[in-house]
Amino acid sequence: MKPFINALAIIWSILFPSAAPVLAQVNVVASFSILADMTREIGGDRVSVTSLVGPNSDAHAFQPTPDDARRIAHANLVVVNGLGFEGWLNRLVRASGTRASVITASTGIEVLLMEEEEEHKAAERMRRKVIKPAKVDDPHAWQSLANGRVYATNIAKALIELDPPNATHYRQRLDAYLSELTALDEWVRRELSRIPAEHRKVITSHDAFRYFGRTYGIAFLAPQGVSTDSEPSSGDIANLIQQIRRNDIKAIFIENISDRRIIDQLTRETGTTVGGTLYSDALSAANGPAATYIAMFRHNVALIVSAIRKN
Amino acid sequence: MLDDLIVPFSEFAFMRRALVACIALSLGAGPIGVFLILRRMSLMGDALAHAVLPGAAIGYAIGGLSLAAMGIGGLIAGLAVALLSGFAARTAAIREDASFACFYLISLALGVLIVSVRGGGVDLMHMLFGSVLAVDQTALRLIAAIASASVLGLAILWRGLVAESVDPSFLRVAGVGAAIHAAFLALVVLNLVAGFQTLGTLLAIAMMILPAAAARFWAIEIWSVCAIAILVASLSSYGGLLLSYHAHLPSGPAIVLFAGTIYAFSLIFGRHGSVASRRFHGLHHQATGHPT
Repeated sequence: MKPFINALAIIWSILFPSAAPVLAQVNVVASFSILADMTREIGGDRVSVTSLVGPNSDAHAFQPTPDDARRIAHANLVVVNGLGFEGWLNRLVRASGTRASVITASTGIEVLLMEEEEEHKAAERMRRKVIKPAKVDDPHAWQSLANGRVYATNIAKALIELDPPNATHYRQRLDAYLSELTALDEWVRRELSRIPAEHRKVITSHDAFRYFGRTYGIAFLAPQGVSTDSEPSSGDIANLIQQIRRNDIKAIFIENISDRRIIDQLTRETGTTVGGTLYSDALSAANGPAATYIAMFRHNVALIVSAIRKN
Repeated sequence: MLDDLIVPFSEFAFMRRALVACIALSLGAGPIGVFLILRRMSLMGDALAHAVLPGAAIGYAIGGLSLAAMGIGGLIAGLAVALLSGFAARTAAIREDASFACFYLISLALGVLIVSVRGGGVDLMHMLFGSVLAVDQTALRLIAAIASASVLGLAILWRGLVAESVDPSFLRVAGVGAAIHAAFLALVVLNLVAGFQTLGTLLAIAMMILPAAAARFWAIEIWSVCAIAILVASLSSYGGLLLSYHAHLPSGPAIVLFAGTIYAFSLIFGRHGSVASRRFHGLHHQATGHPT
């Protein structure tokens, strides 16, 4: 009987590891690459971070595998964006049976709703109201550095709660990261201020840059809505073409996660060229131009400025 | 008013390309749909469209987002499924529809597997399936070439197809039945591959079946049914694109629903075998004292 109970106890401790008083390393699973990068920045060598949706991948269309559930089950902390970005996540977390705490990085930001759009899109959505829910959160909040600061602070708070002995470590790294983000924010504003207001119009594949546009005063137009799953109508495309012609928009970009064929169609029709690849919903691979959140912002802003100024 | 009907196409090249692509597809897909229905193979198109997936995915893995690589891959996979299941049905004791279902399921699973493993990047499903609004010059040439090949192929196979549709035992005796069947399936796969990569899966299959089904209510002879099917498909393309333009609806579904509306109308009011015509004939017979 005794060995049996011992064996049970061992199995129990393997299945349900109790919160050890001191964690060797905090095991974090982030839902997508941008959150993973932020967590790495704040955690440093105290955390080991993996990302469910990899670099250059589309979280809107992600399909979890059993391995993803396994990683969540073994995690101490799961960091998600929220705002409906990871529609598949709740089921995955429940299925994994994990005891990790799940934190939503976007908690506390000012959420943009889908209905706050430019006029033609709003009018068109009115017509579609029967099919589409009137209010949908726009999840792409990380595209504003002010929100990025909130994300970072939330992640740091969760890490401190989980690993209190190293609170100072996290606080120091958070402060350093926040001041980096502040400096970056100033740089972004300085760069964009070189563009006259009437030229600040940019075309991308899907509506991923509304927070960016709101924060830095740039109008982003896109044939696809907030999710990459939607199919554009010919009327939408025609509207965009007219806007490109009327406003003489030269800054047209593809995104690293999107199908580029519709954008190619727009450039053919208007005699413009694609200005390059913006990183919207995922970072690039480690050797790419947007391997971190900060690098992504630098890359995107530099690309937008040069595309508009070239003309 | 007239402006609303023409201006979208005169002002925007992408609208013209979409329209031309759809009408070109109608030329081949209409008659092919008629024969699919006559041969009781209406659901085969759906199955084949999925069977194409692994080939297209392998083509993408090798050649990237190239119409040629994905098209050739899809064509090979589709033909393999069509011929293998036909072969199995003719040599073993399994009905063709069951055999088809088995092979297409295997093929589909293989496709999803390849897409998921290879995946990583952009949602491959979006890449594999086209959109009518993204048709470019290359895609248009491909569709035109396949439409021409289909019309030519149908002309050559015509007598055999008609004979076999009317009396399947007729040509089986003569031994050419299998060859005609295989050639016909090749035409179906060819049209599907061209259609779904450029216009989207839903649209590619719908352009075969809905116009053909609607046309059956308006004519008796096979040639006139085919002609009406082409007409209905072309009209749906034009109407659907216009609807999509003015009402800001997704284009593929708009075209399909336009064809669906024509089908529903034909189902109710058509001249031959529709709900209304049967009712009318029934009443007529009752009145003249000749119940059928």
